[in-house]
Amino acid sequence: MNPSHGYRLFLAVCLAASALVSAATAQTSASPAGRASGAFSIQAASSDDAIPPTQLITPEELSKSLRSAKTHEPLLLQVGPHSLYAQAHIPGSEYMGAGSSEAGREQLRQRVKALPHNTPIVIYCGCCPWGHCPNMRPAFQELKALGFTNVKALYIADNFGTDWVDKGYPVAKGE
Amino acid sequence: MNGKRLAILLIVLACLAGGYYLNRRWTPKGRPAGSAGAAPEFTLTDLEGRKLSLADYKGKVVLLDFWATWCGPCRTEIPHFVEMQNKYSTDGFQVIGISMDDDAKPVRDFYKQYKLNYPVAVGDDKLAERYGGVLGLPVNFIIDREGRIYARHLGATDVSIFDSEVKELLGKN
Repeated sequence: MNPSHGYRLFLAVCLAASALVSAATAQTSASPAGRASGAFSIQAASSDDAIPPTQLITPEELSKSLRSAKTHEPLLLQVGPHSLYAQAHIPGSEYMGAGSSEAGREQLRQRVKALPHNTPIVIYCGCCPWGHCPNMRPAFQELKALGFTNVKALYIADNFGTDWVDKGYPVAKGE
Repeated sequence: MNGKRLAILLIVLACLAGGYYLNRRWTPKGRPAGSAGAAPEFTLTDLEGRKLSLADYKGKVVLLDFWATWCGPCRTEIPHFVEMQNKYSTDGFQVIGISMDDDAKPVRDFYKQYKLNYPVAVGDDKLAERYGGVLGLPVNFIIDREGRIYARHLGATDVSIFDSEVKELLGKN
């Protein structure tokens, strides 16, 4: 092989390999915002029996429904930590307390006890990635055990900041 | 010919390693937390009842960890932070934990159970907002010796990235 050809081949291989590796690793370490939050993610979440996939709603679907159905808005309940609610929450949503705590579930029970069982309710948290959230499943199960038949769980893949706030959906602050 | 192929294969492998290394060097930093880059000052009371002020750690490299006891990825990272505190404290490194739990009791229990060797205080939404918002956990900041934010990591992060960044700031790379 001609030495100059070898040198060119060396450079070309280096550049191509570096670009390939860079692209591959960048994809795996990309911001969670880049991950899908639609049907694919919901399918991925469907292995969780605590909340059936049919009861999940994506941020996009919820934001559209909130914009379009002003007269039949669901009851929005935040079942995550207070520090998260105080920083940012969905306008009109009510803070219940963490679904993982007895105090949070008691507040949830008190809030819904006088409501008809077909009341549309959406619960959400977003404290951490869906698979790690300790609040959504207990809160959902609580409402199910109380007989509520129209409960949706907001599917937040990574966290409330990435999947709701950063997407430009409406946000309110404060207690 | 076989020798040439072997040489090319070795070059490709070297390039792959080089590409991976460069990527790790260039991409670990999350989005900047503040425009000025200075880590917002705070003074809290830690779980031991002592004053915990970021200003007291100026001159040290600080890993500031926003976490909570109910956060799975946070719980995975914490043993590594304990290890890093052991490993680099004599080089001028300090981990500080800010729990975002609503209640201090589970934090105290966790602190004892996991034998945390660095100060932990319970934070609130106001402190979180000063750090650009903590709307999901964990959120970690690497702060340099001058008190500037060097990196921000949102969500579960490969612990080797923390190690690499801290070593770089400590001048150990």
